[in-house]
Amino acid sequence: MTDVGADYDARFSACPACDAAPLAERVAGRVRADAGTVILSLPTAHCAACITDVERALTAHPGVRSARVNLSLRRVTVDAPGLSADGLIAVLDRIGFPAHELDPAALSATTADRQGRDILMRIGVSGFAMMNIMILSVAVWSGADAATRDLFHWISGAIALPTVAFAGQPFFASAWRALRAGRLGMDVPISLALILASAISVFETIHQGHHAYFDAAVMLCFFLLVGRYLDYRTRAVARSAAEELTALEVPRAIALVDGVETPVLVADLAPGDLILIRPGARVAADGVVGTGSSDIDRSLLTGESVPVAVGPGQALSAGEVNLTGPLTLRVTAAGRDSSLARLTALVAAAESARGRYTSVADRASRAYAPVVHLLALASLAGWLVATGDARLALNVAAAVLIITCPCALGLAVPAVVTAASGRLFRRGLLIKDGTALERLADCDTVVFDKTGTLTMGTPQVVTLDGLDADARAVALALAAASGHPLSRALAAALDGTDPAAIGDLREVPGYGVEGTWQGRPVRLGRADWAGASAEAADAPGAATWLALDGAVLRVDFTDSLRPGARACVAGLKARGLRVMLLSGDNPAAVADIAARLGIAEWRAQATPQDKAAAVADLAGQGARVLMVGDGLNDTAALAGAHASISPASALDAARVASDMVLMGSDLAPVAEAVGVARSAARRIRENFALSILYNIVAVPFAVAGLATPLIAALAMSLSSISVTLNALRVR
Amino acid sequence: MEVLVFLIPVSLGLGGLGLAAFLWALRHRQYDDPKGDAERILSTEWDDRPKPK
Repeated sequence: MTDVGADYDARFSACPACDAAPLAERVAGRVRADAGTVILSLPTAHCAACITDVERALTAHPGVRSARVNLSLRRVTVDAPGLSADGLIAVLDRIGFPAHELDPAALSATTADRQGRDILMRIGVSGFAMMNIMILSVAVWSGADAATRDLFHWISGAIALPTVAFAGQPFFASAWRALRAGRLGMDVPISLALILASAISVFETIHQGHHAYFDAAVMLCFFLLVGRYLDYRTRAVARSAAEELTALEVPRAIALVDGVETPVLVADLAPGDLILIRPGARVAADGVVGTGSSDIDRSLLTGESVPVAVGPGQALSAGEVNLTGPLTLRVTAAGRDSSLARLTALVAAAESARGRYTSVADRASRAYAPVVHLLALASLAGWLVATGDARLALNVAAAVLIITCPCALGLAVPAVVTAASGRLFRRGLLIKDGTALERLADCDTVVFDKTGTLTMGTPQVVTLDGLDADARAVALALAAASGHPLSRALAAALDGTDPAAIGDLREVPGYGVEGTWQGRPVRLGRADWAGASAEAADAPGAATWLALDGAVLRVDFTDSLRPGARACVAGLKARGLRVMLLSGDNPAAVADIAARLGIAEWRAQATPQDKAAAVADLAGQGARVLMVGDGLNDTAALAGAHASISPASALDAARVASDMVLMGSDLAPVAEAVGVARSAARRIRENFALSILYNIVAVPFAVAGLATPLIAALAMSLSSISVTLNALRVR
Repeated sequence: MEVLVFLIPVSLGLGGLGLAAFLWALRHRQYDDPKGDAERILSTEWDDRPKPK
């Protein structure tokens, strides 16, 4: 992730590929941080009673030195040397708080806090100085004269100079970086205005002049810092939530060292190691199955909704989920050599296709800096030639720089983005990058992934009509004995029937469940294992087979839709967007979902390259694509699209490549997000128009030499406040 | 106008006091968990005496 501490202007995800690569390395190179401290996520904590309950329960636990709940972040930090998170999670579970361990190494909360506090401190100092100087300035404006005016100017200067030197540092530093890189950012004219205003004011004060701009310099600092802070806060909130998602997956694996199960960090795995993968666990590294057989959920990698059976000798990739039986795996590639890391190359290629998006603010500041510098220079030259008075000419030039200084411009975007992202955050959508809203507002085409995005990735029984009462009872008893997703779905569908009494019940991982019922063998599972004919087994779609009394019965499954999927697709269409479906799954399953959601354009069996190419093609035809996907197979398409959204259940790499993350399971906010983004883009444009309007009115005064510190202060505060108020109108 | 000799330092001093309080609060992480602090005041724990450090 970009090191925001080094650069106030660093965009959070200006380049997903650059993000994904260090992320893979960070996951690989993670070290055990700060032994004694355990950080737990408390998603359900919400009130004073929760705080006391959690803290009391944890402090009462032997070995815990202290526990402190942070309700804003919904976390508890426990100081408990030598205790494992599992024990503490059990303690919280007993009092009714589900908790998850967070990986402290993935949470850079301390550095983020420090930066936020740093900006707040500068805001505080400049706010204090601004108010005190303003008291003195009002006296000067209302007619304080001669010695009194000079005294007030001296006092103002004594307050303003240290303040500008301290509070202006972020601008000076960033302007210096821009100049060294040969660019003219927004911060160059800001710094110039700050320095010139202070210098001219000191000069005028020494020579008993009438106008000093100390108040303007400090006010400039204050408003601009508020803009910076809003900008920073939006990113910090998004980052801490995104980090929490990453931190949820504490990267541990179970290694078999001389036949003994030892927990190790994924980072420490090396090719040749033997690891154990329990049912329900995610495969930690690429490898080949040594012993055991099971079913593997590949949906996050390929988009296939049906689990695949695997046995000894077959290859597994990191990120797949083991479903039914324990497997031992001989590691072939781990960490940055694994398939996750290899995907980064694909993401990088797609990323370069998107190119660098220039935000409205960037374009404005690019046009702004030269115009302002030229204007100030022209007034300096003009007055110098006309009057020959260098002092007057310099005064006018400084006034021009101060009046045109982009107070409102600096607030125009952050204020709107803060308002809009706050609104979307409450609806469960996390925005990682300010320009994401602008890009989302431009989108005219939406491409969805199927498995895990439009669907939950959990199967649902189509119909039970093929089963009579006996078959249902047997099927329920068999299905209830397995953790396989199809079995669980079947058991859920049969809820309410009385299960048959089955003897010798046992699960054969990779095949199914078998047992004896009334003395006869019964089986539930794969087609060939249950004894279905080859041609029947080849029929498309997800199905499980029940062998009962010589008959083989087929039960079909379909993927259950994500809540809000229908509303989302309908909402997007109503807003005039073209909706498409691109999936790696088989055509029958994709056609079914497309029909249920009313999506006319769909494609099945798309490889990750196909998806990225399809998105690039659409972009080539002039479409602005919003990609919504969750799997590794979508990552390249997510990075290549104009804007992208992934659900929180997505793999880390997919979330990193997207601009927005959907926190809840409901898809409906996606359609709303497009509406909010369009409204936000409108407000941003209005804000620019407003601040330009103020400049058009005030700049002629400045150039004509009529600007007074009073006019500068009025223009600055009025434009800043009106821009902020306008931002609150985002719907 | 001589009163200004007292009034200006007094006003600056009062403002400085506010600034110092703000900086103290900021450094002591009083702004880290605004939501939690708003809720904590409702809890009856430690109403009789302050929580030991």
